[in-house]
Amino acid sequence: MSRLPITKTPKVYVGGAFIRSESARTFPLQDAAGNFFANIPQCTRKDLRNAVEAAAKAGPGWAKRTPYNRGQIIYRLGEMLEARQADMADALTLGGATKAAARKEINATIDRLIYYAGWADKYGQLLGSVNPVAAPYFNFTVTEPMGIVGVIAPDEAPLLALISLVAPIITSGNTVVALASSAQPYPAIVLGEMLATSDLPGGVVNLLTGFRKEMVPTFATHTHLRALAGVAGAEDCKALELGAAESVKRVKLYRTEVPVDWYAEKAQSLYAIRDFVEFKTTWHPIGA
Amino acid sequence: MPTLTDKKPVRPTNRALGRPAPELIFGDLWEYDPAPETADPKLKPRYELFIGGKFVAPASGKYFDSINPANETKIAEMALGSAPDVDAAYRAAQKAQEGVWGKMPGKERAKYLYRIARLLQDRAREFAVAETMDNGKPIKETRDFDVPMAAAHFFYHAGWADKLDYVAPGRRVAPLGIVGQVIPWNFPLLMMAWKLAPALAMGNCAVIKPATNTPLSALKLAEIIQDAGLPPGVVNILTGPGSTGGLIMAHPLAAKIAFTGSTEVGKVIMRSVAGTGKRMTMELGGKAANIVFDDAPLDQAVEGIVNGIFFNQGQVCCAGSRLLVHEPVADAVVAKLRNRLRVLRVGDPLDKNTDVGAIVSRDQLETVRGYLDAGVKEGAKMWQPPCRLPAKGFYMPPTLFTGVTQSHRIAREEIFGPVLAIITFRTVDEAIEKANNTEYGLSAGVWTDKGSRILKMSTELKAGVVWANTFNKFDPASPFGGYKESGFGREGGRQGLLDYCKLV
Repeated sequence: MSRLPITKTPKVYVGGAFIRSESARTFPLQDAAGNFFANIPQCTRKDLRNAVEAAAKAGPGWAKRTPYNRGQIIYRLGEMLEARQADMADALTLGGATKAAARKEINATIDRLIYYAGWADKYGQLLGSVNPVAAPYFNFTVTEPMGIVGVIAPDEAPLLALISLVAPIITSGNTVVALASSAQPYPAIVLGEMLATSDLPGGVVNLLTGFRKEMVPTFATHTHLRALAGVAGAEDCKALELGAAESVKRVKLYRTEVPVDWYAEKAQSLYAIRDFVEFKTTWHPIGA
Repeated sequence: MPTLTDKKPVRPTNRALGRPAPELIFGDLWEYDPAPETADPKLKPRYELFIGGKFVAPASGKYFDSINPANETKIAEMALGSAPDVDAAYRAAQKAQEGVWGKMPGKERAKYLYRIARLLQDRAREFAVAETMDNGKPIKETRDFDVPMAAAHFFYHAGWADKLDYVAPGRRVAPLGIVGQVIPWNFPLLMMAWKLAPALAMGNCAVIKPATNTPLSALKLAEIIQDAGLPPGVVNILTGPGSTGGLIMAHPLAAKIAFTGSTEVGKVIMRSVAGTGKRMTMELGGKAANIVFDDAPLDQAVEGIVNGIFFNQGQVCCAGSRLLVHEPVADAVVAKLRNRLRVLRVGDPLDKNTDVGAIVSRDQLETVRGYLDAGVKEGAKMWQPPCRLPAKGFYMPPTLFTGVTQSHRIAREEIFGPVLAIITFRTVDEAIEKANNTEYGLSAGVWTDKGSRILKMSTELKAGVVWANTFNKFDPASPFGGYKESGFGREGGRQGLLDYCKLV
């Protein structure tokens, strides 16, 4: 008689721990053939608020890490993904991707992580400046992270798009609360397991699964989220931007209606880091 | 001309109001003679809208008065722009953008901006007088700050127009198209320059509305824009009430909107453009902490505190409206501050000796008075120096509040007036906590002799501009803008330029 395998209970990665939704709700996930695969946590707005709290705790420590250290940790995440690519390939094929497509998405994702790992100790020199003011002052501009950024990931390229959105945000010392694709949440579940072994401090990246329509209003209005990133349809974009106005959040959304080529060279950029930093200018007199 | 020898010492009649400290006795030996600035502001009785390079009458046929807040007299009539005018302005901008400006080589665009800078310098004194009459700020500020700084902004950004390949390393940039801009009344001409110079340097065209209270210098700038030969429609200037500004922000031809003003109105605008895909930059309110440590050079710090909150009557978004003072020196700082305030001259803004001019409008004066009442009612202790205010006009003496707590409205809300809330602290961490305990994050000041503490404070303070051992310094090369609810985007420097282009 053949051995019955142990199936994994999918859990979301929040605050460095693997948790179920506080609501104890789940939704069933089918494989590409339509067979039951597993129950995925159906996170709620309360889970989102808890995740924001976890991100808030992790934020100051992550922002204070040296850029060199942040770069190494993001590189380490690339190492974890490379080492466990078979797991991730299974997660992607579950959603209907061919083996070749899954391989391509994983490769692009790893390369993207390595790309941003290298930026961690360089973007500051390119985005900041010493400013030649017309008075005897030493005047310089540095970048700082904004704080906690909400990320809403699209359904297409569920791994690559999620990492393309998250990586530039954490490179500069922000923390993230992300909602994975509702249609293909499983790669994010597996990604959580890689994050947990990547030296990334718990709470820096928090990944939720669930339904957009339940979460969008809280993403929009939670005042501790200082910025929003992601891909959303016209209606959600409007809702997110309306909510963002209440606390003057920074919003950088792609429209679902305008497809993004996440594999393109332009999908990675210094300016994706720039979108989620603040500029701080300091003046100091020059004199004896 | 009176001299020291032939002028008899006259005891001012307000001596009874409070005897100055001994070191200030020199100040009460004689009265200052009036020293009004007499340059001709060259005003017209009526100003039209500036659309497509021409001065045109408003579609509504209506005009409103611009009032001199120093004496409540009418300066000029301004056109009241409405929806058809806004539309005409955008169409003119579209024509200019597609026909001329968008494809003009950067080095040619630069020359127009250089011309505007030079022509403004030529007419600097005339503009300074007009600005002071319209806004109420002292002539020494418009003469030495607003107008020269406005010219500097045009000159600085002119030089960028042909160097845009250096704005975003690794990527190429392109203009956004037409930008809709709405600016406040506190630095009317300077805000025009802050908004127009980077937009134009990047190859955008603009539809801009100056504040309802202070539209004069914008229309005088239109004269310069005409004289500079700027292609018609590149800059369109509409005057009118707030609703005209709303129409500018909402117009479908605007690729980007830029707003400077209160956080409250900024949120209204953000809501109004939600879902439209328009780009935005917001430069909103502030409640800056000016932090004085016990090792600070106190006399310099006092000058900085005064400059921080009484510059432009405190009607400055980045004003140092909260003084956080280290307990060991709190009494000494407050005593020095009171002495300094006793010799500030409040009065006719056109007088070259005036330090504190008029509040921009009756409404604003009432708002500030409301905060004085709130401060007293909530238990803070108010102090104002003895001074005689002119009988007409909107004046407010410089005001200090001691015994202020974090929860007082005067410590939380942006007053936009010459009112300083004084709060004490004991440790560095407490200063940081109190300074950051606000939804705003525009600016902050730090006064200490210790270099490492300056850098620590500068790192910890959640503010877009940190002035160390100085305050209220500005420069076209220096990015300006806020954290948190003080807005987003920067103005000035390479950082500010990137907010007026797209990456291609």
